[in-house]
Amino acid sequence: MSGSVLFDAPGPRARRRMVWVNLVATIVVAGIGAYALVLLNEKGQLDAALWKPLFTANAWQNFFLPGLKQTLVAAGLSIVTAGIFGFVFGLGRLSASRTVRWLAGGVVEFFRAVPVLIMMVFFYMALPRLDLISPPDVPLVSVVLGLTLYNGAVFAELVRSGVHNLPRGQREAALAIGLRRPQSLRLVEVPQALIAMLPAIASQLVVILKDTALGAIVTYPELLSAARRFGSGNGNILQSLVIAALVFILINWLLTRVAEALAGRVGRRTAGRARVEAPSMAVETATS
Amino acid sequence: MDDFGSLFDEFDVLGAFWVNIQLTFWAAIFAMVLGTLLAVMRISPVPSLRWAGTTYVTLLRNTPLTVIIVFCVLGLWGQLGITLSSDFQRNFFWLSVLGLTVYHAAFVCEALRSGVNTVPVGQAEAARAIGLDFGASARLVILPQAFRGAVAPLGNVLIALTKNSTVAAAGSVAETSGLMREMIEFRPDVIVAIFLIFAIGFVILVVPMGLATTSLSRRWSVAR
Amino acid sequence: MRTRLMAAAMVAAGALTLAACSSDDDPGDGGTGDGGGGGGDTIRIGIKFDQPGLGFKDGDTYTGFDVDVAKYVAGELGYTEDQIEFVESPSAQRETMLQNGQVDLIFATYSITDERKEVVSFAGPYFVAGQDLLVAADDTTITGPEDLEGKNLCSVTGSTSAQRIKDEYAAGTNLLEQPGYSECVTALTAGTVDAVTTDDIILAGLASIPANEGKVKVVGNPFSEENYGVGMPKDSDRCQAVTDAITKMLGDGAWQKALDDNVGASGYVPNADLNPPEPAACE
Repeated sequence: MSGSVLFDAPGPRARRRMVWVNLVATIVVAGIGAYALVLLNEKGQLDAALWKPLFTANAWQNFFLPGLKQTLVAAGLSIVTAGIFGFVFGLGRLSASRTVRWLAGGVVEFFRAVPVLIMMVFFYMALPRLDLISPPDVPLVSVVLGLTLYNGAVFAELVRSGVHNLPRGQREAALAIGLRRPQSLRLVEVPQALIAMLPAIASQLVVILKDTALGAIVTYPELLSAARRFGSGNGNILQSLVIAALVFILINWLLTRVAEALAGRVGRRTAGRARVEAPSMAVETATS
Repeated sequence: MDDFGSLFDEFDVLGAFWVNIQLTFWAAIFAMVLGTLLAVMRISPVPSLRWAGTTYVTLLRNTPLTVIIVFCVLGLWGQLGITLSSDFQRNFFWLSVLGLTVYHAAFVCEALRSGVNTVPVGQAEAARAIGLDFGASARLVILPQAFRGAVAPLGNVLIALTKNSTVAAAGSVAETSGLMREMIEFRPDVIVAIFLIFAIGFVILVVPMGLATTSLSRRWSVAR
Repeated sequence: MRTRLMAAAMVAAGALTLAACSSDDDPGDGGTGDGGGGGGDTIRIGIKFDQPGLGFKDGDTYTGFDVDVAKYVAGELGYTEDQIEFVESPSAQRETMLQNGQVDLIFATYSITDERKEVVSFAGPYFVAGQDLLVAADDTTITGPEDLEGKNLCSVTGSTSAQRIKDEYAAGTNLLEQPGYSECVTALTAGTVDAVTTDDIILAGLASIPANEGKVKVVGNPFSEENYGVGMPKDSDRCQAVTDAITKMLGDGAWQKALDDNVGASGYVPNADLNPPEPAACE
């Protein structure tokens, strides 16, 4: 953790200087925060009457927890399906066949470009006409499909660029021990690419989780719309949004943590000391 | 086809897209600067800077963008009285740019960290060996290579930003998503045409960005 | 579960192009079929879930004027309250939901307009709303849209009600657009905007929330005419029955009671020249 190769451990003088700078910075930040609170208080935004309803059983049983559940369901499904989509099309973009590369590239570029919201609304309008899904499931399926296509395309792009940035020796070694190219990709290159791209992938997981909120327009009752609804009914929309934001921050932080732990396991399973070779400077993501 | 013609006459579609382009342009520049700064903070020798960078990313990246923009407008302006322009409407534009910037800077930071991850450790060791301190090795050795490795994730961020600029509707900026809602409200009879216009509009804006960053990331990738 | 979803995704992706080509020309036949989908034992009614005083979902209960009218009409059609399934229908999705048969009826501040009549049918009106202003309770300077010159006005994104004020009454009005009316009310109580505009009954619903009581008031000088109708799939056979139910509700005092229960707390009185309205004959 401490041993970054980028710099020496700071000496006594540097450390003393840091303490002073930290102190001043803390005072400035705290001062700004306090001043903002004073202003908010003058405007009555800190009134107990506006905050109290948020800590009642009604708020959580009927609004925040059901909303959170819906958010997690849609996000969980989308992460799995987008992961599969991204893996398949990422490999497609690295394929030896030009046709496959071209096709995969076309699909990826198209779905990266269309706004998720428009895809969701489109599925919401189109699915009932096919009569495959019972009407109450239509919002969820629309949300998951929209999120899968966009985020899957993003994942595919991350897989591709991650593999491109690997040292060539990795593939050469894989081929030298008799693996075929697809095997080399699947067993050697993509796992390392995923670890290198982990911060960007974690960002994308967070995006999926939060973009479930777009589902509000197709009547998917997720966390943010539940919070808005609670805020409109109780006249404390700002306070309600603050709570929703805190819940989002918490679950996204947990999600990022889980992603990092998973990546650590993948890292150990790949060919020996993969991390030393490629993604060596991962400062925060290193799990051991 | 008549639907399309009459819709363009009735509503200022191109003007709305122009607003999105402007929002994207400014937010992209500011987010790039702020994001780079954050990335440097997160790999810097100073623990408090690393902590501040990590906290910033955790807080801003994990909050829904709509909430950030509503807070910029209703919180910064509505409650605290902060204005970024003396013109009433222009003020919301810049507040929205601020919201888009602080949000996407967190993503730029993480994209750059992905790029840093693709730089082999030998590069940093070599930089240290020839006597460069942290600032110099970050500026001259690590970041230039990190940017090349981060072109694809940065491209994803730019694409996301372009589409997220529609959230500025929450900040009282008259742009495409608000216009789309208005058009649906008044012309429900041609709803499919309306969706097609906006989907195609974004495809036209975004596909070149995707193609450009994909080919750049290929051309600039450091041969190793 | 996952495989089913994947299969659905495949099929849907395949149908993408088909639907895009065909959806323009079949609004006529999409709708009515689903009414008997459940064998006539439930009815799906679209309402707003987020508009206090009109259509609001509070846990498992639904409240508001639209909800009360919907329950009354459904009762007249032979459905008990248990047989009503309330479905959220946001403004942008109302026509789609009717065309796709996702709902049988819509009671959601749904103004009857010619463009909408192209794709759906209406019964009613059951209420005539009008665009009005919500201002701070102690504000006496604003009595109508003309007084907004140089003032700050809030409305929701994508609604043209605020633009109408700018175009027709006071060109120097500053517009703030927000995702919802509750945000507007927050800005109003903070004093950063001077008025909020939309249909008077929606404003009255906002003013009736306990947290807002005594802080804001509806000006009571409506300057447009919005005929709230009951939306139904094009050429639905329910139109006459719904119209009869509304006529009965207007006559037996239930309509007035629903109004008083839901938006009365704000002191709001609907435009008496136009209310109670006369439902139009079915075409």
